[in-house]
This record gives sequence, C-alpha cells and structure tokens, in this order.
Amino acid sequence: MGVLNGRSRRFVKQALIYLCLTVGAFVMIFPLLWMFSTSFKTPWEIYDVNILPQSFQLSNYEHLLKNTGFLRWLWVSSVVVICTTASVLVFDSLVGYTLAKLQFRGKNIIFMAILATLMVPTEMLIIPWYIMSVDMGLRDTYLGIMFPGMITAFGIFLTKQFYEGVPNDLLDAARIDGLNEVGVYARIALPQVKPALSALIIFNFLGNWNAYLWPLIVAQSPHMRTIPVGISFFSNEVTTAWHLIMTASSCAIVPVLVVFVIFQKHIIKGVQLSGLKG
Amino acid sequence: MRRGKRLTLRQQQEVWAYAFLGIPLLFFAFIRFYPALSAFNISLRDWSLLTTAKPFVGLQNYRDIFADEVFWKALKNTFTYALLGVPLQLIIGLSVALLLHNIKHWVPFFRALYFVPYVTSVVAVAWVWRFMYQPHIGIINRFLLDLGFEQIQFLRNPSTALYSILAMIIWHGVGFQIVLFLAGLQMIPDMYYEAAQIDGANSWQIFFRITLPLLNPTIVFVVVMSSIRYLQVFSEVMNMSNEGLGGPLNSTISTVLHIYRTAFHRFDMGRASAMTVVLFAIVLVITIIQMKLVTRKYEF
Amino acid sequence: MKKRIFVLAFAAVLLLAMAAPSMAEVTIEYWQYYYESKVKLIDELIPVFEAQNPGIKVKHITFPYDAFNEQVAAAVAAGEGPDVLNIFYGWLPMYLKQGFLQPLPEKYFTVEQIEERFIPMVNAVKVDGQYWALPTAVRSLALFYNVDHFAEEGFTEPPKTWDELLEMAIKLTRRTDRGALVRQGYGWNVTGQDWHLFREVLLRQWGVAPLSEDNRTVTMNSDPAAYEVLEWWIDWSRKYGVGEEEGRGLYRDSFLAGRASMIVDGSFGIGTISANPNLKWAVAELPVKEIGGEKSNFGSFWAHAITRNATGEKLDAAAKFLEFITSDEVQRTWLERVGELPASRALAQDPALSEDPVYGPFVRGLEYSHATFFVDETIERELIVEAVDKILLLDAPVKDTLDQLVNDLQKVRDEYFNSLEK
Repeated sequence: MGVLNGRSRRFVKQALIYLCLTVGAFVMIFPLLWMFSTSFKTPWEIYDVNILPQSFQLSNYEHLLKNTGFLRWLWVSSVVVICTTASVLVFDSLVGYTLAKLQFRGKNIIFMAILATLMVPTEMLIIPWYIMSVDMGLRDTYLGIMFPGMITAFGIFLTKQFYEGVPNDLLDAARIDGLNEVGVYARIALPQVKPALSALIIFNFLGNWNAYLWPLIVAQSPHMRTIPVGISFFSNEVTTAWHLIMTASSCAIVPVLVVFVIFQKHIIKGVQLSGLKG
Repeated sequence: MRRGKRLTLRQQQEVWAYAFLGIPLLFFAFIRFYPALSAFNISLRDWSLLTTAKPFVGLQNYRDIFADEVFWKALKNTFTYALLGVPLQLIIGLSVALLLHNIKHWVPFFRALYFVPYVTSVVAVAWVWRFMYQPHIGIINRFLLDLGFEQIQFLRNPSTALYSILAMIIWHGVGFQIVLFLAGLQMIPDMYYEAAQIDGANSWQIFFRITLPLLNPTIVFVVVMSSIRYLQVFSEVMNMSNEGLGGPLNSTISTVLHIYRTAFHRFDMGRASAMTVVLFAIVLVITIIQMKLVTRKYEF
Repeated sequence: MKKRIFVLAFAAVLLLAMAAPSMAEVTIEYWQYYYESKVKLIDELIPVFEAQNPGIKVKHITFPYDAFNEQVAAAVAAGEGPDVLNIFYGWLPMYLKQGFLQPLPEKYFTVEQIEERFIPMVNAVKVDGQYWALPTAVRSLALFYNVDHFAEEGFTEPPKTWDELLEMAIKLTRRTDRGALVRQGYGWNVTGQDWHLFREVLLRQWGVAPLSEDNRTVTMNSDPAAYEVLEWWIDWSRKYGVGEEEGRGLYRDSFLAGRASMIVDGSFGIGTISANPNLKWAVAELPVKEIGGEKSNFGSFWAHAITRNATGEKLDAAAKFLEFITSDEVQRTWLERVGELPASRALAQDPALSEDPVYGPFVRGLEYSHATFFVDETIERELIVEAVDKILLLDAPVKDTLDQLVNDLQKVRDEYFNSLEK
C-alpha cells in the first residue's frame, strides 16, 4: 500500500535516477581523472600509486604549448575537421534522404554497396590512397588529409535511418504544394532530422579529430601534422613521454567537448506533427 | 496514364535520385570500391610491400591463412569481442540514455560526463587502463589486496586478458550508443507518451509498446554499426596489449590487428589482403542477416 | 671592334662552361625515425656536409618510431622513398631480402677498410661478404643500480657474478604484508633487454652459443646447460620473486621511480635515467657466471643503409653522405649530443671514455659484445617472448618449450637463407 503520493513518488524516482547516473558517471570519469592528474606530474611520478601529483606543476603544459608544435597541430586538425564535417552534412544527408524516401531502381543494391564500404578496414586502404595522393599531388595538403572522409557511409546510414521516421504524408503534401525534390529535401525533410544531424556533426568531428594512420602517412612534414600524429612523436624506440601524451590528450578533449555541448542542445525535441491528420 | 514525352512522377523521382547520388557514388567508386577491389586482386598475388613484383599465385594466400592457427585464434577472439561487446554496450547505452532522457536538471553536464571517454584518444585511455590493471601498483589490484583477495594478472594472464581489454572497449565506446539513443528518443513525439498515459499504461508497457518500436531505426543502426566496429576492433587491442602483439600468447589478438601486422611487420600484403577479403565476407553476411532480423517497420 | 666582340663572346662561353657543372644538383633523401637529439644533430650536420660537397643537397625526413615500416612501405608503394635509410640493424636482413637495399659501393667502402675502422660488432650487417650499412654509433648493455637502495642494505659494490646479483636482489626486494611487490630487487623482464641478456650473455657465459658461426643454425639448445640457465633466469622472477615482467619498457620506469633496485639496460637508457634529479644511480659492467669467467654483452646499433632508389649520381652522393656521418669527428659529436657510443675502434678504445663512470662500463662492454645476426628481429623477438610466457604463464616444461622455440627460430632462419639463394 503506497504511503507516498504522486509527487513524492516522482521525487524518489528522480532521486534514484540521479543516484544511478552519478555512480555511473564516476565510473566513466575516473580513468580520465587519472589521465588529467598525470598531466601535472613529473615523468618519474607518473607511475606513482597516488592519483594526486606530489606538486601540481604546469611544466608539461608549458612545454607542450611552447616547445612542441601542438598549437599548429590544433590548427591543422581544426581545419580538417570543419571542412569534412561541412562536406558530410551536405552529402551524407542527401544520400541518406534519397535512400530513405525516394523510389528508384537499384536502391537496395546501392545501399548495400555503400554499407559495404564500411567493411574494409581503412588500414588496408592507406596504400592505394597514398598512391592516389602522390599522383594527384595531395601530399602534405589539407585536402590530402581530408579527402577519404568527405563522404561517409556512416553518415549516410545514420541519416537514412532517421529519415525513415519522417512521415511520407509530409513530403507528399509538399510536393503537391509545388516544391521540387530539392525543395522537399531541403525545406521539409532536412529540418525533421535535426537530432541525427547533430549526432552526425558530433561523430564526424570526433572521427576526424582522432584519426591517426592516414593523416600520418599522407602528411609527413611537421607543419601539416594533426594532433594524434603529433602526439605519436612523443614516443621513440627507447621511451615514451607519457606525461606529455596525457597533457596533449587532456588538451585535445576540450574542443570536442565544446562542440558536443553546443550540439547536444540541438538534439532537441522532435517535430510537432500538429496540423497533419492522416 | 498515357506515357507521353513527359516523365511520370515515378520516373521523375528516379532522375532526381540518380542526380543526388551521382557525386557520392563517384566518390565511393574512387575512394572505396576501387581500392577494395585492388585489395581483392592483391589477395591472389604474392606481394611484399617493399618490392614491385606481384606475381599471380591463385588461391595460395587463402590456403596459407586457413592453415595459420593465429588466423583462427584471431577470428575466435574477434567473435568473442563482438558477441559480448555489442549486446553489453547496447544495453548499457540504452539504459543510460533512458535515464538521461528523464532528468530535468544538469542534463548537459551528465551527458558530457558519459560522452567524454568516447572523445579521448585511445592511446591515452589505454595507458590509464593498463596502469589501473597493473599488479602491485595498479589501483584495482591494490584494492583487491586491501580487501584480502589475491591479485589478478589482468593483462598478463591469457584467460583474463581479452575480457580486461573488452571492459575498456565497452567503457570507451558506450558514449556512442548513448548519444545515438538520445537522438532517437528525442525523435519520438510526446503525444504518443501522452496518449499512452491517458490510456493508463504503466512504464513497462510504454517502454515495450511505444519506445522500443519507435526506436527501431536507431536500434538497427546501432546494432549494425556496433557489430561492424567490434568485428574490426584494432586500435584498442594494439594499445592495450604488450608491444601491440595481441598477446599474451595471442589471447587478445583481433583479426584486423593480425591483418595489420601481416601487412606492415611482415610486409606480406598478399596474405593480409586475403584475410581482409575473408573478414569482409563475414562482416557482409552478418550485416545482411542483422538488417533482415532486426529491422521492423512500424506504422502508427 | 670585331676583336672585342670576339673576346667578350669567348669570355661568356667560358663563364657558361664553368658555371654549367655547378648548376647540376643532386638531392638525396635521408630518412630516420624521430629521436629528438639525433634529428637535431643531423639537421646541424647537413649544412656542414653540403658546404663540403657543393652540388649535393640532403633532404632530411623524419617520422614517428611506431610508424617506421608503414612510412617506408607507403612511400615505396608510391614509387618514392629514401636514398639513405637509417634502420635498426636487426631489421636490415628483412629489408635486404625484399631487394630494397644495395650493398655499400666498393669505390667508397671496402670490406678491409670497414673492418679496420669499425668495431667487430658491425659485421652483423655483413651479408654474403658485403657490407650493407654503417653505423655512426652503437649501444651495449650494463647494469644500472640504485645507490641509495644499496646503501640501505650495506652494499658498497655492484655484484660481480650472477649469483651475487640474485642474492642482493632478494635482499633488496620489498613487499607489503599483503604481498604486493613495492620494490623489485631486480627489474626482471622479457620484453625489455632481458631477452638479449638471456641469449647473448647468460647462454654464452654458460658455454652455449646462440647461433652457429655462419649464423645459419640456431644452437640455443645445443647443450643441457641451456635448459638450466633458462630455468634459473626465469626463476629469478617466478621462484625468487625479485621482479616481474610489467610490459612495455616499464622496467626502466620502475627504476626511475625507485621501484626497482637494479636493471639491465642499454646505453640508450642513460638519457632518461639521468633526467630524474632525485635518483642516485650508478652503472657497472654486466656480471659473469664466475669470477674470471667469460664476459659477454649484447650490442646493437642503428645503421645507415643505401636503398635501391640511389642510382647514378645519387649513389655517389649517398656514399659521400655516409662517409661523412660515420666519420670519427661526427661520432665524437654524436657521443656528446646523443649519448651513443662511437662505432669506430679508435674512439671506442679512447681511455678517457673507458674510464668514464657512466659510459665506461658500456664502452668496456663493447670489447666483448655480440650483435646477434637477426634475420627478422620482430618475429624472432615475438617467438622468444611467447616461449618465455608459455613457461611463466602456462607452466610449460622448460626443455620442451626451448626445443620448440629453437625449431621455430630455425624455420624462420632457413626460410630467410633459402630466399636469399634464389
């Protein structure tokens, strides 16, 4: 027999949810706290059993920002990421829409073919890509780093799934109203899948931000390194400067988190379907 | 309808569709299909990366890899990673997303906390996890010792190494599921929930009859992408295992790691390509099966 | 008037004729992985070389160590790549087998000259009677020990025999009452330097040569003493608990953090170890089996090889560059700036060097160092690590495992030499 009334029940429910989330969040964050605190330690302290450094010292950050190319890596990564994300938003969404909402012959084959591109690991593609890049003079260029990621099967698949949730009636009504296909796509369908687009922005940003092998191979010179490539120079045959790697990784998280915080807001409530009865 | 010179609506749509698909398909043809096909071609040849000679050897590479016990071990490991990782990440991701969907305060903060691991580079994350797993100085073992238990050689023991790495992979990747499920949940219009509540449905019924079905497109996406990722697991294993060998004693090696080492440490592109083809076929079949099994269309 | 024009024209032609040869420039590419002090030094030396050799330009390309093979492979696949490649000597046979390298041109380097000038260890890059690369500097192993820890136990001298080392290590080891190893008496490992220690030091001192003279046969199990010493060495960790394999170079980190009292490390560790101001450490020559017994050490080096890309004028340029960077002068500077030991006999025998408290033990070790002739260092290392892991983790019997290991290593070696003969 419930002694609690509705409001108290909801309160308890909320409290429980927050409790679970907090415990889970701690599990998620703890290793990263360790990473972050290591960035304040001296190299011989990093395997200390204590999580806190003996003395907080900023020399790692100083070294990273002054004596390494970190700021340049940041710039290169940013350019690459912004351009690929823009390209992906344009093309992936369009293809996803086409596969979800337009009727045409060969649709399933084309979709499977596009999906199949995800099934060959990129590690095996870098040699052909490199040969292509050398032939086209793309070595050590932004375009060289970006081109494999300008259109992605990931984004196509993602947007397709979300476009399938858009009611056909909506689109047909627009067609009847005289919009051509481009208009139907851009003005009616696209706004319906904002959550997918936000997710796409976040994931594409991330994928390109942390990409290592291809940017390494195609951009050898010091002034065209992305952040993961730059970080890999902190290890050599003899040692690995883990304290610097932790410092650089801590810094590298910040832009992605900023993008995330901005766009997760836009994973907003779905569309109002009022005014449209079947 | 008489077929005149003007295209039917259906045909018009087709034209538009091909127009939209033109550039992307061309792009894929160059960037993905062609290199993949050349990889298939190489699988029939003997090619060492440092030479230019690529003599044709037929199916020899395939015979070699099927006789290689490391290849089978890697395949077995890869399936273990996938069979455990995909469902676990799915359940954890969905649960957390549901919780996050239902709170009103501090929402971005919590979401960020759950997403941050996914954002961090694998190299850094692997170092922290390896350190946490260390016997004697790692925090987990110190904890165990304090509680009076024996230490566990998480990464040095062939029976526990794979699961230890798997824990890290799940931890690292669950942000992906969470963000996607959140996006999917946001697409469900409130009015369905309102209608259900008016009808007197309880939470479980709402979940199974409304939320889950409407989340289906998202679930399909998550399952398929997650499976593909797990079947191609590579950098986590490379960064977590000693020297990136997939050890100890091949207990953690994954197929892509084996492919990578074959290509770039033994310079044997022929074999590496053959393994790539085999993996491709496996992933393709699994994906097709998944799409058929999991996809459900719902009309409301 | 006509005469003047004639003279001017003649002068112009003369000038052009003199200018023409210096307009032809050869550019060679020198590749090495990024190691800060080495890269900086090479960057400073290149202008010196170019000034001495007008008409030759050297392009210096670096890349991270972790991506060594990937970088070279991608470049080769695209038809480019280095003319001179700095490569670990143990990988050279692999690259050689693929036809990627060419032997050093006789015009610049004869075998006699090389063997006169360089320490014997360098013959690890002599294949089929020809030299394929030359090092600027070499490394060897020595025993690092923590002076403070020693003082705690009242030790004043580093151990001279392995028995002594084990005894001292046992006393130096510290555990919590729960059994956590907080200080290793000896930073035992497989994936660090100890696999070299076992092969080239312990085995030899116990009378077992790891390879035959012609490098074709693996002889690691040619005597029962091999099984004994393998088991004994593994028991340092397994039975006596003086240390544990921690993975990935952690043996040095443990030493740095004061969590290991002794480690066997290469001279390349000096830089990192000396960076910790709080650590009081010293170096000693490697112990022996018994006083007066055979001394042995493992040496290794990174060498500059000429690739098949260097043809015609580039080959001459590459050879000249090689001459330059392996000259005694450069080796001396290298020692100061990079901390690697000189590869030339004359310099290695310099008394100032062998008396040095830090470099001394390493340099003296060079006299009796062996650089194992690997046919594929990566694979051979994997096999050995696996074998030791099997014994440690799966309790596999020592004799069978070593025998199996020798078989596996022999297969790799046979494959290699067979493919060379084709």
